[in-house]
Amino acid sequence: MNTNNGTLSRSIELTRAFARFILSELKPKGRLITPFNIVSGLIILLGVVLLIVRFTKGLGSITNLSQDYPWGLWIGFDVITGVAFAGGAYVITFMVYVLRLEKYHPIVRATVLNGLLAYVFYAGALLLDLGRPWNVINPIIGNSFGVNSVLFLVAWHFMLYMMAEFVEFSPVIAEWLGWKRIRKILSGLTLGAVIFGITLSTLHQSGLGALYLMAKGKIHPLWYSEFIPILFFVSSIFAGLSMVIFEGTISHKVFRHRLSREHRASHVNIVLGLARICAVTMFVYLFLQTLVFVHGKNWTLINTPMGYWYLTEIVGFVLLPCILFVQGLRRINMALIRGASILALCGIILNRLNISIVAFKWYEAVRYYPTWMEIAVTLAVISAEIWVFRWIVNRMPVLTEPPGWAEKNQTREEQYPTITKEMEAWRVPLT
Amino acid sequence: MDRRSFVRTLGAVGGSLLAVDTLKSEESGNTKELYGILIDATRCVGCRTCEEVCASAHGLPVPDTSDMSVFDKRREPTETQWTVVNRFETTAGELFAKKQCMHCVQPACASACLTKAMYKTENGPVIWREEKCMGCRFCMVSCPFDIPKFEYNSAVPKIQKCVMCWDQVREGKKPVCVENCPAEALLFGKRKELLEIARSRIYSEPDKYVHHIYGEYEAGGTGVLYLSSVPFEQLGFNTDIGTTSYPELTTGFLYAVPIVLTLWPAFLLALSNATRRNEPETERDV
Repeated sequence: MNTNNGTLSRSIELTRAFARFILSELKPKGRLITPFNIVSGLIILLGVVLLIVRFTKGLGSITNLSQDYPWGLWIGFDVITGVAFAGGAYVITFMVYVLRLEKYHPIVRATVLNGLLAYVFYAGALLLDLGRPWNVINPIIGNSFGVNSVLFLVAWHFMLYMMAEFVEFSPVIAEWLGWKRIRKILSGLTLGAVIFGITLSTLHQSGLGALYLMAKGKIHPLWYSEFIPILFFVSSIFAGLSMVIFEGTISHKVFRHRLSREHRASHVNIVLGLARICAVTMFVYLFLQTLVFVHGKNWTLINTPMGYWYLTEIVGFVLLPCILFVQGLRRINMALIRGASILALCGIILNRLNISIVAFKWYEAVRYYPTWMEIAVTLAVISAEIWVFRWIVNRMPVLTEPPGWAEKNQTREEQYPTITKEMEAWRVPLT
Repeated sequence: MDRRSFVRTLGAVGGSLLAVDTLKSEESGNTKELYGILIDATRCVGCRTCEEVCASAHGLPVPDTSDMSVFDKRREPTETQWTVVNRFETTAGELFAKKQCMHCVQPACASACLTKAMYKTENGPVIWREEKCMGCRFCMVSCPFDIPKFEYNSAVPKIQKCVMCWDQVREGKKPVCVENCPAEALLFGKRKELLEIARSRIYSEPDKYVHHIYGEYEAGGTGVLYLSSVPFEQLGFNTDIGTTSYPELTTGFLYAVPIVLTLWPAFLLALSNATRRNEPETERDV
């Protein structure tokens, strides 16, 4: 009896402590009234109001979507561009867990978290665009499997990939909660989740491009080819990595106090490595684009307004950042690399929006352009994502070192002795 | 078999099961006796009776057929009008052409649909099923004829398009537009027989018709077929549509899916094992 009571009261005590911990973690950390919080808070509020209107009065009430342009900013930017930007997660996990390039280990958690949140929010934004979102379960359950649909594949892959990324990130949550045994089990699942995740990413990054294969004749020939899926896949590599570079730069300023020693020490070296991969994949992408262009015999189309726009995208936002990456690498100039990554990201936005909006039905007299309300909802989605990201980074060991117990039996030094020695050498002086 | 290799085998089996599912994707191309409609544009007088009976048969707002001003500009089917008749100034004078869903033999919309809401029935009509649709509008992006229309101003929006009076056809009756056409410009029947009739009309009056049946090969063949006395561009038809069926545009990609899904994980696992060399021996249990 006595011992029974003892365990009972002990478990009650533990539950209470756990609840207290969660409650204390839920409270905001740091100052609440900052310019960023006010602006983003207002945007989110506005977004919620607009979405209430949208769900009561239909998509036409706040969007410029039409019978000719069924997909607008929410698909073209939020989903198609957002998912390309989230490509960093599968590339980095590939390098760290499959190629075992330990050099990139310090950024793996932040990148996976970014990827996971990007999918939750940007692929989640798909729900806002669905006319009949309550039927979204149809392709998941029941007898309505449209297996010959590219969108069926993309939808399933989004869902499965979110789960895979959650599994990849779950050890961090376990460390935050102090669940030692569960953390051990969850870390054991990482490699499987990574391999599954890379496979899914390969298919749905290209699948997003394949969505437009049946829009033949509706997309300007300079942008339409049967190689859209491959171009989408290759560009998602440098899109994702440019995002990692860009996001890392911001994180370094905003979350300076949360950065681990290891993280700070290897930052320059990691960025240089990522810039090199960006430069190479961008070169491959340019080569593929040239092949597609030559193969499509599109010479005559260049000397048209759409042709100039095409050249702007390819030369100004692929070739130029590619050159800047190379120059930045040669001179070990971080500012140049940062500039290149921003330019490359703009190029991806341009490319995805060109295919989904600008070159889509370019012949139509009345063109689609988003309403301010569509833009506001998009900004609200981005703001909400940043809020959640900040909440997690300020609490869980994403940028900081994992708690001591998590690495107790296998410190990084023991596990990878050569790598740690190398790390000392990576401390390149900042220029 | 240890646990890891078991998990791996499980993954491979799961992957190939998914692959089998994807490979079944060509099912929509069944060639059972498909019904269709033959529209002879040389006979159409532009009375718009078809518009009227279509609207009242499907609970849509009935248009005023006496209003001739509608012909002033070219119209498209809308979410409240499944079929429209347009007037064209052609080299053979004033001609009319009815526009509605083409009921493709292999419809892009149906293969685009991830819930099978857009569905090619075995009799030929392409229908939309309310309880399945999630309103993604991928059918609208994919349709080469821009037929499916979406109710943007409804909280419970539907996709609207001609369904070839599917309920009537199932009971052995004709679609209402065909039934009520006073000029006998519309003919309902088996697609194969309609093609025979169309050909015999061209052969018997070779000077009256252009020698082309629009829809015989366009987009892989359509259920609705057209005859005309002038080249089809003059009647507002898209003649750049090509003869490959639209679902075929994605089969290359879909065939690559099972290959990537099975080979990629195996390759990545092998790569991961190959890079393991830097680690202590104890980790090498696989």
